[in-house]
Amino acid sequence: MLLSPYPTIGERIRITLLWLWCGMVILFLLVPILVPVPLSFNSGAFFIFPLEGISTRWYAVVLGTQRWQSAIGNSLIVAFGTTLIATMLGTLTAIALSDEKFPGRRIVMPLLLSPLIVPVVITAVGSYLFYARVGLASTYAGIILAHTALASPFVVVTVGASLTGFDRNLMRAAAISGARPITSFFKVMLPLILPGVLSGAAFAFVTSFDEVVVVQFLASANQRTMPLEMFIGLREKLSPAITAAATLMMGLSIILLVVANLLARRGKQRPRID
Amino acid sequence: MTALEPTKLDRPRIARDRSAADAKAAKSVTAKLRRAEFGDRLRSLALAAPLLVLLALSLGIPIVLLLSRAVYDPTIADALPQTSQALRGWNGAELPGDAAFLALAADLRDNQARGTAYELAKSLNARLPGARSQVLKTVRQLEAADRPPLEVMKAVPFWSAPGTWPVIESGTHSVTSFYLLSALDLRWNADGGIEKVPPQQAIFLQVFMRTFFVAAAVTLATLILGFPLAYLIAAVPKGLAAILIVAVLLPFWTSILVRTAAWTVLLQKFGLVNDLLLWLGIADDRLDLMYSRIGLIIAMTHIQLPFTLLPIYSVMRTIPASQMKAAYSLGAKPFTAFRRVYLPQVFPGVMAGCLLTFILCLGYYITPALIGGASDQLISNFIANYVNVELNWEMAAALSFILLVFTLALFGIFARILGLDRLKLV
Amino acid sequence: MKITKARLFAFAAATAFITSGHVAFADELSIMASGGAWQDAQRKAWFEPFSKETGAKIVEQEYLGDLGKVKAMVDTGNVPIDLVTVETATVLQGCDAGILERLDYSKIAPREKFLEGSALDCGVGLDAYGDVLAYDPNVLKEAPTSVLDIFDTTKFPGKRAMRKFPAQNLEWALMADGVAPADVYKVLATPEGVDRAFKKLDTIKKDIVWWDAGAQPPQLLASKEVVMTTAWNGRIQNAIDKDGAPFKIIWNNQILEYDMIAIPKGAKNPELAYKYLAYISQPENNAKLASYITYGPVRTDAASFVAPDALPKLPNAPDHMSAYLVADTEFWGDYGEDLVKRFNAWLAQ
Repeated sequence: MLLSPYPTIGERIRITLLWLWCGMVILFLLVPILVPVPLSFNSGAFFIFPLEGISTRWYAVVLGTQRWQSAIGNSLIVAFGTTLIATMLGTLTAIALSDEKFPGRRIVMPLLLSPLIVPVVITAVGSYLFYARVGLASTYAGIILAHTALASPFVVVTVGASLTGFDRNLMRAAAISGARPITSFFKVMLPLILPGVLSGAAFAFVTSFDEVVVVQFLASANQRTMPLEMFIGLREKLSPAITAAATLMMGLSIILLVVANLLARRGKQRPRID
Repeated sequence: MTALEPTKLDRPRIARDRSAADAKAAKSVTAKLRRAEFGDRLRSLALAAPLLVLLALSLGIPIVLLLSRAVYDPTIADALPQTSQALRGWNGAELPGDAAFLALAADLRDNQARGTAYELAKSLNARLPGARSQVLKTVRQLEAADRPPLEVMKAVPFWSAPGTWPVIESGTHSVTSFYLLSALDLRWNADGGIEKVPPQQAIFLQVFMRTFFVAAAVTLATLILGFPLAYLIAAVPKGLAAILIVAVLLPFWTSILVRTAAWTVLLQKFGLVNDLLLWLGIADDRLDLMYSRIGLIIAMTHIQLPFTLLPIYSVMRTIPASQMKAAYSLGAKPFTAFRRVYLPQVFPGVMAGCLLTFILCLGYYITPALIGGASDQLISNFIANYVNVELNWEMAAALSFILLVFTLALFGIFARILGLDRLKLV
Repeated sequence: MKITKARLFAFAAATAFITSGHVAFADELSIMASGGAWQDAQRKAWFEPFSKETGAKIVEQEYLGDLGKVKAMVDTGNVPIDLVTVETATVLQGCDAGILERLDYSKIAPREKFLEGSALDCGVGLDAYGDVLAYDPNVLKEAPTSVLDIFDTTKFPGKRAMRKFPAQNLEWALMADGVAPADVYKVLATPEGVDRAFKKLDTIKKDIVWWDAGAQPPQLLASKEVVMTTAWNGRIQNAIDKDGAPFKIIWNNQILEYDMIAIPKGAKNPELAYKYLAYISQPENNAKLASYITYGPVRTDAASFVAPDALPKLPNAPDHMSAYLVADTEFWGDYGEDLVKRFNAWLAQ
């Protein structure tokens, strides 16, 4: 497809240029995310190449100081809470939407996807002002609630994708055999769509774990998460500890999302958004 | 068509042949079916309900309430009940009578007693610069109570200035267009028309234009960088394509914050980018890339590139190679074949990728805050600033309103023309 | 009220005794400060000794000095902090807005013992600091002689950093434009004066990098992002003393200010907060901070308690007082909000 059957010299040059161009684009894509990794192992206090020496002292800072520890703890609390709620509700919604009889599908779908599109500052400011009024500001519950809104579209989409390969006759068969809807869900449907559900859960987890804008508005010092700690650090004092934190966050996101995608593929369906 | 005919005819014939009892039974089956179907619908609604309710509570209501602040601001009306009363029937042209002055004096004292004088001063100040200190000053003098209230009011020139009372009067209406107009650098003039605010106060049109410009620049850059790569990935053998796709997905799976952090390291004066530019001889001296527009656009391009690329790629890989071969065999030159056969088919993917990137760029906040300079802040940064620093939530609401209208309009176009399925990225 | 509280206290103490076996009643005092080297210094000079002396546990929080967070807490009646460090202008604004408690000085220290302008209705002074100019002699071969040199882009080309806030910058702009220090606030109170200050700032606008957290200036100098920066003197001195940074401070035309601490309305533990304020306002304690960060005491009678080696680095050391301006708190209380608005509009343009 790259070359026509009888390539001219001009065409060969064009293809070479295409490769060169794409090589540069790939470098542009990869180098920036790889740069923090070596810097995080720098033994010096500055994050400038060449490295002064290799050490894990900045990881000791991130994993060893109380401030970062509580941030990691908060991040995990919020991310697990979000994952749990978003996965449960998102899965139910995806099942409902996969039914052609679902009324108003054309209206509900854009609504469900809107959290992806609405500028996150508006989401953050809106929930900040509203949650303060109902006593949810500066609480884990408030942050989890807002994050669930941001993360649930991913679950709906991934589970929805795995449901397109699900044969509804199986549920009918189960019903005819006398299974109650709940039983048939757990015994028939869930095992088949499980890869999709787990993949959605991973996306939800990463969405929450990486989120910083909503947290910035909703969290008090007691709920400060890892990304927020990084954001404050980036504004105030660029220490290599930030690159260590960035490397940890990046590692976790990538591992989870690789798993999520493998799962999604195993479910023979690809997620539509990730 | 003919295949359908018998079925169409079947029904009446069967019905005719059936006995009355059968017909009754059939009817009840239909009803049952319908009822069952209704039940199904209800059940699927019930399944979706928890998430929909949660979204409404955590997102819908907060956003609606936020936006309502853009047009509904009862602070002044609540603070000045007597003045509102006194101003009823005022013609708006000349100064109102002494009654209005006295009513205002009484309201001001009430506010001081309730501890809401500052709120009022601040709210008036948002509409009438300078009003804050005048209100507080007057309140203090009224509290001293060494002179009759009317005398105090008349002694402060501010209360007799031509611009003051129309603003107070408009403030006594809780529903206001003031903030939305301000968000577009507009205001009401004395004759009841709409005019531009003085250039010194005009900020927001410029910021909206800047936001659009940055979004457009980033969209264009991602297209220029992404299109050839998408083309290449779609054209090479499967194994190689998988490796290339991973190169696109790895940054995609890394959070915006982490990538912004990486760019703050790279763009430093003594960072890698400057090292590279010097080494290549492109620049003679180290450039100021941090806190600059160009630095911001570079970082945003990096973050958005996969968003533009993936929809294009997902279209490209569905186009069979045989099409181009057919075009060649029919005598088309490579470029003609590309332009006439390939491009028209890829176009929806290009539209989807570009529109998605443009929409997402409009809402950028973290990257401009950390990498942009003071003159590179986008509209979201202003919204955050009005909430956190200036404590003017109405203005934040008005800016949010306009930003949201643009975003949703573009999203609507996306959903309508391209279909939501185009949101798929892999 | 008092009786109920005392009873409650006794009850709680009794419960604590029953459940834990000893009477010590650890109270919690939540303090929100603006982070960095300054908060570290407060911890060593005040938080830890106070904790040891009274048995109260101090919970630290951090913020960027934005009143928005405090206002949101007070408005919703959920105030998880007992004390908050603020700037002078913010004290006045917060006082007017009813966000900060009016202080009862009889529970702290005699008001007249404080430097003028450092004991306000809603905030009490913590320390005196200088807004100064800092540079790296390895980068700038020729040393600036005054803070006002920041406006000289021909002699000192390159990016310079200033605080993203109108206070100090407008004063310096006017002084650089030829206004005598004594007249600065008089001129700035007129619309023409404000225009004049902004016009002067316009001349270097494109060369300015703006900072908003106190820890940023040393960072900007260290990464050589800027050739010079305005800064709070203690942050620079800290980078010199603790990180071995090669920076130099220019004191000429510094602006002297006070850091403040205040009690937000609705704080849960005001009694303990007052106890803390009284503690840090004792002259010998007030002087202690200077040993950890080079900020001077606000008590007029505290100078003799300052550690001798810290004294020459303080902003109000005799060597640093050749030309200076004392920030006019009242001016910024009156005009601050409008000038901030104008400044932000100017920034955005």
